Amino acid sequence: MNRFLILFLSLTSFSTFAFAAGDMDMMGNRDINIAAIVMFFIFVGATLGITYWAARQTKTASDFYTAGGGITGFQNGLAIAGDYMSAASFLGISGLVYMKGYDGLIYSIGFLVGWPIILFLISEQLRNLGRYTFADVASYRLSQRPIRTLAALGSITVVILYLIAQMVGSGKLIQVLFGLPYEFAVILVGILMIAYVAFGGMLATTWVQVIKAVLLISGATFMSLAVLAYFDFSFEELFKGATEVHAHGIEIMSPGGLVSDPVSAISLGIALMFGTAGLPHILMRFFTVADAKEARKSVFVATGFIGYFYILTFIIGFGAIVLVSQSPEYLDPIKGTLFGGNNMAAIHLSHAVGGDLFLGFISAVAFATILAVVSGLTLAGASAVSHDLYANVLFKGDVDEQKEMRVSKYATIGIGITAIVLGIAFEKQNIAFMVGLAFAIAASANFPILFLSIYWRKLTTRGAVIGGSLGLATAVLLVILGPIVWVQILGNENPIFPYKYPALFSVTTAFVGIWLFSITDNSAQAKKERELFEIQDVRCQTGIGADGLMSH
Amino acid sequence: MDISTVHKIKANPKYQKLVSSRSSLAWKLAILMLLVYYSFIMIIAFNPSLLGTPISNGITTLGIPVGIFIIIFAFILTGIYTNKANKEFDTLVTEIKEDLRRDDD
Repeated sequence: MNRFLILFLSLTSFSTFAFAAGDMDMMGNRDINIAAIVMFFIFVGATLGITYWAARQTKTASDFYTAGGGITGFQNGLAIAGDYMSAASFLGISGLVYMKGYDGLIYSIGFLVGWPIILFLISEQLRNLGRYTFADVASYRLSQRPIRTLAALGSITVVILYLIAQMVGSGKLIQVLFGLPYEFAVILVGILMIAYVAFGGMLATTWVQVIKAVLLISGATFMSLAVLAYFDFSFEELFKGATEVHAHGIEIMSPGGLVSDPVSAISLGIALMFGTAGLPHILMRFFTVADAKEARKSVFVATGFIGYFYILTFIIGFGAIVLVSQSPEYLDPIKGTLFGGNNMAAIHLSHAVGGDLFLGFISAVAFATILAVVSGLTLAGASAVSHDLYANVLFKGDVDEQKEMRVSKYATIGIGITAIVLGIAFEKQNIAFMVGLAFAIAASANFPILFLSIYWRKLTTRGAVIGGSLGLATAVLLVILGPIVWVQILGNENPIFPYKYPALFSVTTAFVGIWLFSITDNSAQAKKERELFEIQDVRCQTGIGADGLMSH
Repeated sequence: MDISTVHKIKANPKYQKLVSSRSSLAWKLAILMLLVYYSFIMIIAFNPSLLGTPISNGITTLGIPVGIFIIIFAFILTGIYTNKANKEFDTLVTEIKEDLRRDDD
């Protein structure tokens, strides 16, 4: 296995270099940033080294899915932050601030406030009840096969949608940063993530995320300090400078048209908050720590870093308004917008404040960011396939551990190839709705089932399956009939469903559906499931019976 | 875990204290967070110009400190919960396990 890794490493490095050199001759219009390529190689080399080390430690299924539960709270907090601060939030939110000012902060806050809720209501409960996937928790006292099938379906859908968005974003980003062809960039990202996950499992994935989080936070801190230093550390001066040059002037200092009506505002809030608490790759991170105490510490650390990071993106966005939007070297002479689109605001700002070398660093960090996020997603998707569908649905839990691990590696490769193919297929498509849809599905299918399975005694399999499916279907249907897909993509005149964000309706549907079909369920099975709640609840509250705690 | 152990644990007053103090703290903090966040969202939906009010005749608007405050507030709430849970709740859990072990002997 390790020989393959070395072979693969040399192949990738060689071909990357060949492509990069080739492009330098062919294109010439965008300079190849040597510093970026060198730093990118250092990152890839270091992470593959870690993968090699991790592969030797990864022997059991528990090692593969959860790094043996041996990650500390602080490390896990950093890894969660690394998982959550995707290129979409780094480049997307700073780009949004660059374009619309204050509205960017509204998004950041929505993305952050889900974390305290996760801590108060589900993080330690997950740790106490589950082993590898959140379906372990949801199916703890319910019927294994239907619940796991639905949970795995929800997880895989969320993972694939999220992966497509990340792959397309990364292809375009790498195209601009390194001058690599789009397809090649997508394939490179796909192969690297397969290598991290298939060989190094959760241990390698965790360390890729930790390293990336440290790099991203350091880079963003440096950029923000440089911006603030330019304005003598006065926010008032920064805002003054930005409003003087921005096309919308003083309007960028107040909420704009991004969230226009109350229904959209509430619906977006629900999607961001409960969606975060239903993302399979995030939930999975709570199984990598030893106990409830470390699980809590993880969220505390993650919330601190993520919150700090969002404040930085706000400063970076405003800094870019002043330092980037006025320099012709960053603007497309024909369109007058930023080179590579408005999402490149942070990248151009790094050049403006730190020259070629720092641009190289931030470009390499952006690439690392993508790799870390797609690795976490792939691992979560592979676990849903191997642990939920293969081991528990197909073989009712009666399967050899080594065999289950092998299946999860095949699943990793399968998901990786799917992501590459879809990433290339969706290159020219409008994918803006995909992350939103992923959050909507996570909030409408995964979260209600998980939440009610922990807290509501009367929940039954029938209620969870019907209500969860209704939530999933409503979310998908309303996104298709909404303004983005129905009007912008399919070209119809008016949307059938008028709102961009379906979560208010789909989450409500899920909860009402689960409630209705649970309380009307009088089967013997339902009675048994309600009786089991007592045992589950004691374990949930104390952790007694969870891995390794009942050794006496 | 068998049902007799479950009943034994549930009969322990320390367990009852653990459950009631944790759920009261967790729900209080969760509601506080939801209240702050949805108040913010409601202001954006119904009265966005309130957040656009300049502070002391400058450029900086009220929305800036309010937004930063919500981020810091979220972090502080997680700190309060983690601190209290890691001290009090975990001590109770350890004691409950001790009691269980003593009963077994």
